Amino acid sequence: MTSAGAPERSGTTRGGGTLYRGDLGMWSWVAHRITGVLTFFFLFTHVLDTALVRVSPNAYDAVIETYKNPVVNLFEVGLVGAVLYHALNGIRVMLVDFWEKGAKYQRAMLWTVLGVWVLVMIPGFYFMMERTISDLLGGH
Amino acid sequence: MSLALDKPRSPRRPSARRSNGELYSWLFMRLSGLLLVVLVLGHLFIMNILDGGVHKINFGFVAGRWASPFWQFWDLAMLWLAQIHGGNGVRTVINDYARKDSTRFWLKMLLYVSMVLIISLGTFVIFTFDPNISN
Repeated sequence: MTSAGAPERSGTTRGGGTLYRGDLGMWSWVAHRITGVLTFFFLFTHVLDTALVRVSPNAYDAVIETYKNPVVNLFEVGLVGAVLYHALNGIRVMLVDFWEKGAKYQRAMLWTVLGVWVLVMIPGFYFMMERTISDLLGGH
Repeated sequence: MSLALDKPRSPRRPSARRSNGELYSWLFMRLSGLLLVVLVLGHLFIMNILDGGVHKINFGFVAGRWASPFWQFWDLAMLWLAQIHGGNGVRTVINDYARKDSTRFWLKMLLYVSMVLIISLGTFVIFTFDPNISN
């Protein structure tokens, strides 16, 4: 039994149903959703904390002070990584939709996205964590 | 026994309940996405790397940036586009995964309230920011 439209080789029976196992493209879509939702939740918090500048300089500075530690710094790198993936993959999605050869090269473009992501994140990680690491190692 | 089928090409049947809303939503995601690539990646690069990251950030830093109408406009555009783009994305996610109509309805209401709240608050703060506010 095959469900309509799904190619046989990409489905596997489990509990009588059919589990879609799309290829890399499916995982790029899953990652796009997860990074998008995470960024949206972060944005909610980020607008609230920045709104404290309207309350008082002390209130704002007190909250920002709680962000100046290694754990939050690592989260920031994670956030940048999520946004960067979402941006690069978003460009790929637009090319798939609007460029006549987009669908043909979607897989190559995904590898390009991942390659660019790694190339940007290595120096990005270094520059974002530089201060935290030198503080942790006792330098000042 | 009669089958209630309309004749093909009968004038009244199609497009009765159709609207192009989802098409515009799809198009908006791509157009706003393109702008957000520049606005958000620029913002992250400037804030986290060029300007030295969170350790440099305090009230005075924000005051310095919002002294310029350029950055005020940058942040305002980013706020509106990111909220609508992100909210529209989360709306799609809710539509996909909510199983009951009531769950779907209430999750979307919660989403819309949070979007209105964040857009209004952010816009209010950008337009009424006062660098000389008292401690």
